[in-house]
Amino acid sequence: MGNEQKGRRDFMGLGLGLFTAAGGIGALYAMKRTWDPLPSVKAAGFTTIDLSVAKPNELIVEKWRGKPIFILKKTAEMKAHDRDIVIGSDRYHVSIGLCTHLGCIPAYQKDNHEFFCACHGGKFDASGVNEPGLPPPSPLEIPPYKIAGTKLILGESGPEYKQMLDAGLTV
Amino acid sequence: MAHFEKANNLNEWLDQRIGLNTLKRVLNTEYWIPKDINFLWAMGMVLAATFGILVVSGIFLLMYYKPDTNLAFDSVNYTIMSEVGYGWLWRHIHGIGASIVFLVIYIHMFTGIYYGSYKRGRELIWLSGMGLFVAFSAEAFSGYMLPWGQMSYWAGMVITNLFSGGSLEAYGLVEWIRGDYVPGDAYLTRFFMLHVFLIPLVIIGLIVLHFGSLRLPHVNNQEGADIDFEEAAELYKAGKVKESKVIPFSPVFLSKDIFVMGVYFVLFFYLVFYNFNFAMDPVNFDPADGLKTPAHIYPEWYFLWSYEILRPFSKDVGLIAFGIAQAALFFLPFIDRSPNVAPAHKRGLFQIWFWVLLVDMIVLTAMGKLPPTDPVFAFIGLVSAVLFLLMGPALFIITLFEKKLEKGA
Repeated sequence: MGNEQKGRRDFMGLGLGLFTAAGGIGALYAMKRTWDPLPSVKAAGFTTIDLSVAKPNELIVEKWRGKPIFILKKTAEMKAHDRDIVIGSDRYHVSIGLCTHLGCIPAYQKDNHEFFCACHGGKFDASGVNEPGLPPPSPLEIPPYKIAGTKLILGESGPEYKQMLDAGLTV
Repeated sequence: MAHFEKANNLNEWLDQRIGLNTLKRVLNTEYWIPKDINFLWAMGMVLAATFGILVVSGIFLLMYYKPDTNLAFDSVNYTIMSEVGYGWLWRHIHGIGASIVFLVIYIHMFTGIYYGSYKRGRELIWLSGMGLFVAFSAEAFSGYMLPWGQMSYWAGMVITNLFSGGSLEAYGLVEWIRGDYVPGDAYLTRFFMLHVFLIPLVIIGLIVLHFGSLRLPHVNNQEGADIDFEEAAELYKAGKVKESKVIPFSPVFLSKDIFVMGVYFVLFFYLVFYNFNFAMDPVNFDPADGLKTPAHIYPEWYFLWSYEILRPFSKDVGLIAFGIAQAALFFLPFIDRSPNVAPAHKRGLFQIWFWVLLVDMIVLTAMGKLPPTDPVFAFIGLVSAVLFLLMGPALFIITLFEKKLEKGA
């Protein structure tokens, strides 16, 4: 085989290889996008909840993006926390009701003002802060919210939420 | 074109076209198996047969199952269980098969570890076998999602959350895997695809590799003896069957396998007909509800040991320990530094190591089933989990100082 012919074959091999690789990368991208959540799933991501119906020390569970949302109106003797959502003189604890360990739903224990996760024994106080030394590594997450009167719009980030985020009170 | 003569029968006709006689010789009549083995050597074919039964029962379930969050639960618990003629039979075979296949896999693995059948040319057998273990685990998990009961949903939630990587907080990846913020319709349908197509395809490919990687190093024997297979085969072919150290895979070894399978299937179908409830978690007979976690979540028994390695630690440490535990067994042939291929009872400290590993995994399994609230059991779980993680380094040190055994002893 002459040098000229070898060079030509190498070139054609390289051309075919690059072309195939480009097609392969394109196909992988298409596959990745097919596994993405659908636009309709993402669009259904906003929920409005009314906080004025909440009663002190009674947990309300709403649903946002398929996840449970805890709403707990604090009583006067419960410790205030920067994570509380304050409307007028009322303080509310609002969080995504999934344990930050592996995503089970903790149960609210009314008498000792505590959230207890039955899966791996995690505990959170009435402000959603995890008890140290147990599996959950961080406090219950606060969903992005915007205050509108006595209502909350979940999925939208208002100034109060951004403040909490900047202060590192939630992720 | 090759020269073809008129064939006198079907066998000849096929032999001319696909080399049927050569194939039979290589795969069956001249594939030599040592004589010095016991019933534990039959577990491979028992597994192959169980996989076959899972495929057949799965095909019939597939005809009525509906991968839709609104329909899935009823299609299993109403349509298949009470409307379809003998639908209950396929479901119970499939459920029992999925559970029992892991028992046999564990026996098969521990047999390999006991007799040292994972080294000196047999590394690829071990690696492809571990690949099969992972593929079967994925197959079991994806299948567990399909009835869309409470345990399906919450097991799906917990296991997919593992991919957030603890403090890495890779929730984008978790949502990508699910196709939703929580397990939903997209999630169910893609796990259905994985369960009935992609993972079975991978399993079949790995089984071919597993069998293929066995062909050259040959099956191990009870003493780990180096057999001259060519010499032994010549003796056998010369009619000196008694003097030869080997038997052909088919029909001799297979006949023994089929006897063991017979005993095994008596137990298997006893469970299918009289004790199927042990593979049917009662909590999974409640339809999936994303707003209510069952009081106590636990995996099926075969995942309990690795679940218990995850549980006693804080989130990140638990994930790392869990990851190490999953990957560690793959490296067994390379951690074991001893040159000996011999049964554990001839390898001194290795024997103790083997039984400690076995007992530790049983203890982890028992602790994994218990609720997380009892501090005594939680502590036993923690100790067993730490012990499991230490077993790797311990094996390396033990085998480094293991004396070389005289061969032929």
